This record gives sequence, structure tokens and C-alpha cells, in this order.
Amino acid sequence: MRSWLPEGVSTYSGSIDHMFYMILWVTGIGFIVTEVVLFAFAFMYRSRPGRRATYTHGNSKLEIIWTVVPAAFFVFLGFMSQNVWSSIKGHVPHTDEEVTVTASQFNWEIRYKGKDGAFDTPDDVVTSNDMRLPVDVPVKIRLRSKDVIHSFFLPQFRLKQDAVPGLTIEVWLQATRTGEFEIACAELCGFGHYSMRGVLTVLKPEEYRTWLSEQEAGVTAAQAGQGAPAPAAAEAKAPPA
Amino acid sequence: MSEHKLPFIRRYIFSTDHKVIGIQFMFVSLLFMVVGGLLAMMVRWQLAYPDRAMPLGTLFPESVMPEGHIGPEVYNALFTMHGSIMIFLVIIPMLTGAFGNFLIPLMIGARDMAFPKLNMLSFWVALPGGIIMASSFFVDAGPAATGWTAYPPLSAVPDYTGVTLGQTLWIVAVLIVGTGSIMGAVNYITTIVNMRAPGMHFFRLPLSLWALFITAILQLMATPVLASALGMLLFDRTLGTHFFAPAGGGQVLLWQHLFWFYSHPAVYIMILPAMGFASDILATFARKPVFGYKAMVFSLVGIAGLGFIVWGHHMFQSGMNPALGTAFMLSTMVIAVPSAIKVFNWLGTLWRGSIHFTTPMLHAMSFVSMFIIGGLSGIFMASTPVDIFIHDTYFIVAHLHYVLFGGSMFGIFAAITYWFPKMFGRTMNEAVGKVHFVLTYILFNLTFFPMHMLGMGGHMRRIYDPTQYEFLKPLQPINIFITQSALLLGAVQVLFMANFLLSLFLGRKAERNPWRANTLEWAAPSPPPHGNFERIPTVYRGPYEYSSPESSEDYLPQDQPPAHAPVPSRPPAMSPARA
Repeated sequence: MRSWLPEGVSTYSGSIDHMFYMILWVTGIGFIVTEVVLFAFAFMYRSRPGRRATYTHGNSKLEIIWTVVPAAFFVFLGFMSQNVWSSIKGHVPHTDEEVTVTASQFNWEIRYKGKDGAFDTPDDVVTSNDMRLPVDVPVKIRLRSKDVIHSFFLPQFRLKQDAVPGLTIEVWLQATRTGEFEIACAELCGFGHYSMRGVLTVLKPEEYRTWLSEQEAGVTAAQAGQGAPAPAAAEAKAPPA
Repeated sequence: MSEHKLPFIRRYIFSTDHKVIGIQFMFVSLLFMVVGGLLAMMVRWQLAYPDRAMPLGTLFPESVMPEGHIGPEVYNALFTMHGSIMIFLVIIPMLTGAFGNFLIPLMIGARDMAFPKLNMLSFWVALPGGIIMASSFFVDAGPAATGWTAYPPLSAVPDYTGVTLGQTLWIVAVLIVGTGSIMGAVNYITTIVNMRAPGMHFFRLPLSLWALFITAILQLMATPVLASALGMLLFDRTLGTHFFAPAGGGQVLLWQHLFWFYSHPAVYIMILPAMGFASDILATFARKPVFGYKAMVFSLVGIAGLGFIVWGHHMFQSGMNPALGTAFMLSTMVIAVPSAIKVFNWLGTLWRGSIHFTTPMLHAMSFVSMFIIGGLSGIFMASTPVDIFIHDTYFIVAHLHYVLFGGSMFGIFAAITYWFPKMFGRTMNEAVGKVHFVLTYILFNLTFFPMHMLGMGGHMRRIYDPTQYEFLKPLQPINIFITQSALLLGAVQVLFMANFLLSLFLGRKAERNPWRANTLEWAAPSPPPHGNFERIPTVYRGPYEYSSPESSEDYLPQDQPPAHAPVPSRPPAMSPARA
């Protein structure tokens, strides 16, 4: 059977997929058992002449069993989920790699700190729909929105988080391999919602450093050229066709 | 009764008769079902063939569909109105408006509702709400296009969508329909509490009525919260307030909390009555008492109570504090238990029954069968980490349609085919009914089951053109398959509509109790006259005395006096249901 889930490329994608498959197994068994019983009963107890239905109003012991067993499973599932949930969304690991993603109709603005090591200053490196991150390093992503609610979705990373106007929400990821991956918007944000697509390129750390230095140099050059401290946007890389 | 003296307009239009009002709700809901269904067909066309003109698309004005092509603005309006119409104008009014009205007085042995004029008003308030919603198709810049959830700021600021009057009309329409719901709920609760026939204790109520009773309580408590949220949204749009605008000090997430505080209970408003109907129909055609009647009642109560503390599970990825996510996950896990209990008891009801496969029974059994899938798929999104991935994907779309179509709609089909003889005094065609059932059951699964696969592939909801994304391109054949199944599923519903409409006039005349059922509505003539019963019935037993050793027949109506015991002048107040 092919795997319907996309390839997982973040450190936590495995634990999310593991939870998914565990629930799939348990609900799959529950599904087969209940449906088989339903169809079997439909066949076995079809009305036939001379047979009368059994007169019974129920059975307290059975009621207790089929209350307690699912309840126990759900509590167990709750605790297992909580472990994974808190490891992903409960905290952001300490890291120097930070990037700010600002969503707007219908565009992802990716902002790096630039040389001064601080966001929202004139030397920030800003790209549009073109995000580059180093592999094997935790990265903190600060999510913001300028207008409506968007949702920052990286399917292969199993990362999804709404970007909400008025809030800055921190999420994180750590890529496990290099390559190009798509950024999608998962929350309806207007007529261009379907086309709010970006690309995340995961690079080797040295390649990433090189790229970022080039960008920073570009910003400095642009500022010198203009003589004004306006943040220059690096040209967005054309998304692959 | 003065039925024959009433002029036509008072008998059939501005009627205070609960049965006429129920039938009015039913016809209007069926009409909107056609509209909502056609909108879904258009949505499906676009998802399968994003570059092709829609068949018959050129019938629409060139400004709406240039050369028959659906544009992204129009697409957003299509799924928004599909969801809004199906929820607010089809499923809720059909389950509570049509069946709540028709069944409650008949099944408790009353002549009418407690407040007949309020009842009439509830329909005549709801109808303009529906008309306003429908009229938004014809205004400048089109109808609402922000999803049925209408999240601000998208819904609060016209510039973000380009939709102007349409969104405002949507808010007003939902507000008005909600007001009608509240009126209905007050009436249902009062009627069930006060107007039960002698001997009809609470634990002798059929589960349909327990479900409608609990649903009315949910509506009464939740709908005002929606109304307040809609009011704020309306003010933000029209009066320049900033309840949901961060620039003015507002809170974007406030809407989601208020909306889901209503809309999660509303999910149960849309399924609990169908659960009740399925329970009654399963018992009737298995010729067997409902297994675990009291467990069924308590699980209904449990679902309703817990339903008010699970709303945050719609908001796990919304930016709400992740610790709150944990709390809502645990409450959501707990609410799954009563649903599981109900499934086991339905299976228990069939166990060693004597099952008659009538059309309503087939629909009721498929209700159980499909609700199992919808219930189980809900566990995935209850788990917070799994929800990170599947939230806002087609996995959710699959889940909600298994509950709302597989559950509620099959419940509605079951209820219509079961009570049709009582409502109209005629019988629907069984053969056509069964063909419609088989095709619907198969095509429903072909349409909605593959959506789980789309969701697992990460396919987002509400996107106009999935082929924009590389990672979704391999999934496009599934989209095409789903659309072909969906178009057939839609076409098959013509069978149902034809059977329904033709049977109104040509169906075989129905007897008083064609299914040999126990509950009180079958003690009234078919159709019941104004005032329902020749004589108010006295209730001697619970609703599910099928195949009882007390009777040589395989059923024992609630109002049939015991054979050997003297008729008690007044039944004991607290005798158990199985007496």
C-alpha cells in the first residue's frame, strides 16, 4: 500500500505520523468489527416466517463494558496525544535561527534579521514567497498577518499554524533533509487563497550562510545606492513551474 | 374542531396547526436542499476540471461566469452558500422545524403545541431569513464568500473579499433564522414538559422525542450566543465598531470562540434528532425494544452537556494557547464515549431481531453504518498533534460529510419515508425508494470516502484550483473520480424528489398504522385532523414493547389498555419505562 501521507521531513513529523497510524489501526479495527456485526446481524436476523424477535430491553453489564472500554482507550489516546502536542506546540526550543513570516493577501513575506541581529530594522533581509532555512537546526518562525487570518502550512513538515492579525505566534521546525518544499495557505483568506503558494528551500548550513550573506550584502548595497534607509526586498525566486 | 370553517389561508398558509407548520418547514427545506445540492455540484466541477468551462455555465450572466468559467470569487461564494444553506436552511429546519413540529404533539398525545401562534411565527420568521439568504445571490458583488464560518477580519471588512451587501445579508439572514429557532425551541421544551398525555412519563417518551427535547435545550442555550456574535460582526461591518479588528483594540479570535460556542452544539443539533429517529425506526423494523433505552437517554444528555465544553477543538491551530488545546482535546475524547455507547446499543437493538428491510429501515441502518465512519474519523482530529496536519484539509470535509450526509441526511431520508404515510395519508413507492437508497448509499461512499485520502495527502479545503500545488497534482485523479461520483449522487436524488412529489398525489392511501408501530402518532388517523386525536390517548407502557410476551402480536401500542388488568385511573408517577 502506498503511503497516503506526504514524506515527512521535520524532526517531529514522525511522531505525528505515528499517532495518525496508531489511531488508524484502532479505529480501523473498530470500524471493521462494528460494520461486520451490523451486516452480519442484518443477514442473520432478517425476518423469516415463524421466528419472533427476542424480547429484551438491554443488559447492564454490556452497557458498563462498552462504556468503560472506549473511555479507557480515549483517556489513553488523550495522554499519548498530549505528549506529542506539548513537544511540538508546548515550547519553542532555544535557537539563534529566527525568521519572521508575515502573511498578507496573497503573499508570504519572509524576513531575516540582517546584520544587526534584530527584526524590523532597515537592514532586514526580506523576500517574497521564498523561504530558505538550514537543515538539521531548530528554527523559530514568528508568524504575523497584516490583514486577514491565513494559515502557514508546510505539509511535509507537518506544520500548520494560523497567522492572526494582532498576534505574533511562534512556531518552530527542524528540517531533516535538504530540498524544495511548498508553503501553502490553509485558511480561507479571500479570492486568491488558492494561489498563496510559497517555496521553502532547505539548504546545507554553509549554503544557507552564503545565501544569507549575499542577501545582506544586497540590502546594504541597495541602501548605499539609494542613500535612504529603506528596506529593500530581495527579488523573489521564481517558483518552479 | 372548527377545521372546516377556517378559510384556505388560515388552514394552509398562516396556520397554527403544528402539522401544517411542520410540512411548511419540510417543503421549504427540500427546496433549499435542491439549491444547496446544485451549488455542491458546481464546487465539484471546479475541483475536478479547474480549466474547463462548466456545462450550462453559459446560462449564467457573463459577469458571473465569463464563457461559463467559474472564477475564484464565485467559487468562494459557491462553497460558502452550499454550507450555509445546507446547515441553516436544510438540516436544522428539516430536523427540528419539520419533524420537531410534526412529531412532538403527536408522539406525546397532545392536540397541538403549547404556543400555536408562536409556532406559526417561528416559520414566518424563518422563511424571510431563507429568502434574504437566497436574495444575496442577486445583489451587486454577489453573496457571502467567507465560508459558513465567516471568520473576521475577512468577513468584517468588505475590501478583503470585494463582497459588500451579500455578506451583510448573510449575517442578517442567519440572525433571523436563529431567532426562529429560538422560538421553536421554547415551544418544544414547554410542550414536552407540560402537555404529555396521561401516563406518558419522561421515561416512556420515544427516543425521537428525547432527542428533539435535548436538541431544543441546546438551541435555546447556544443560539443566543451566535446571535450576539452576529450582532457584533454586523456592527463591525456597518457601524464602524472594532469588536474583531485588532487595529481598534478588538480580538480576532473572539469571533471563533463565540461562533464555535454555538456551532459545536449546533453540530449536535444537526445529529441528535436523526439519532432519535434512527433509534425509533430500528426498533420498529427489528420488531424489538431499543437496546439500553436509558443508556440511550443518558448518552443524549451527556452529549448535550459535554457539547458545550468542546468548542475549542475547532481552534487547535488558531493561535489559541496550546494548553487550552489540551483541555479541549480531553473533553472531546470524553464526548466520544456517549456516541460509542449509542452505536453499540443500535447494534444491540438489531441483535436477535426480526428485521424487515423497508426503505426507512435501510436508511436508518445506513445511518448507523455511516455514523460509525464519521464518528471514528472524528477521533483523528480530536488528537491535537494529528490535527496539526489534517486541520483545514479534505480529511475534515470527509468527516463532516460522513456525519452530516451519512448521518443527518440518511436520518432525514429514513424519517421522511417512515412518517410520510402519517404526514400525507399516502404511501411512498417502496421499489423506487429502495433503488434510491442503494444508489445513494454506494455513490455517497464513492464520493466522500476518497476525500479521506485527499486529506491525508494534505489537500487543503476551500481552494479554487488544487493543481496550483506540486504536492497536490498526483491527487488530481481522485478529485476527478469524486466529482464524477458526486454528479451521479446528485442525479440520483431526482428519484427521491419524484417519489416524494408523485406520492403526495398518487401514492396508495395509507392506513392508520402501516408499520404496526407502538408510538402514539400511529393512534391518530392518517393524516391526523386538526386536533390530532379523536380522544386524548392514555399511555400504559413504554414505546418499544415489540415482540412482548404480553401480546400475541409482535407489537403493543403505548395506548392499548392492558388485556387482563383493570384500567388504572391514574398511572403511578414514577413507574419505570419497561413496565
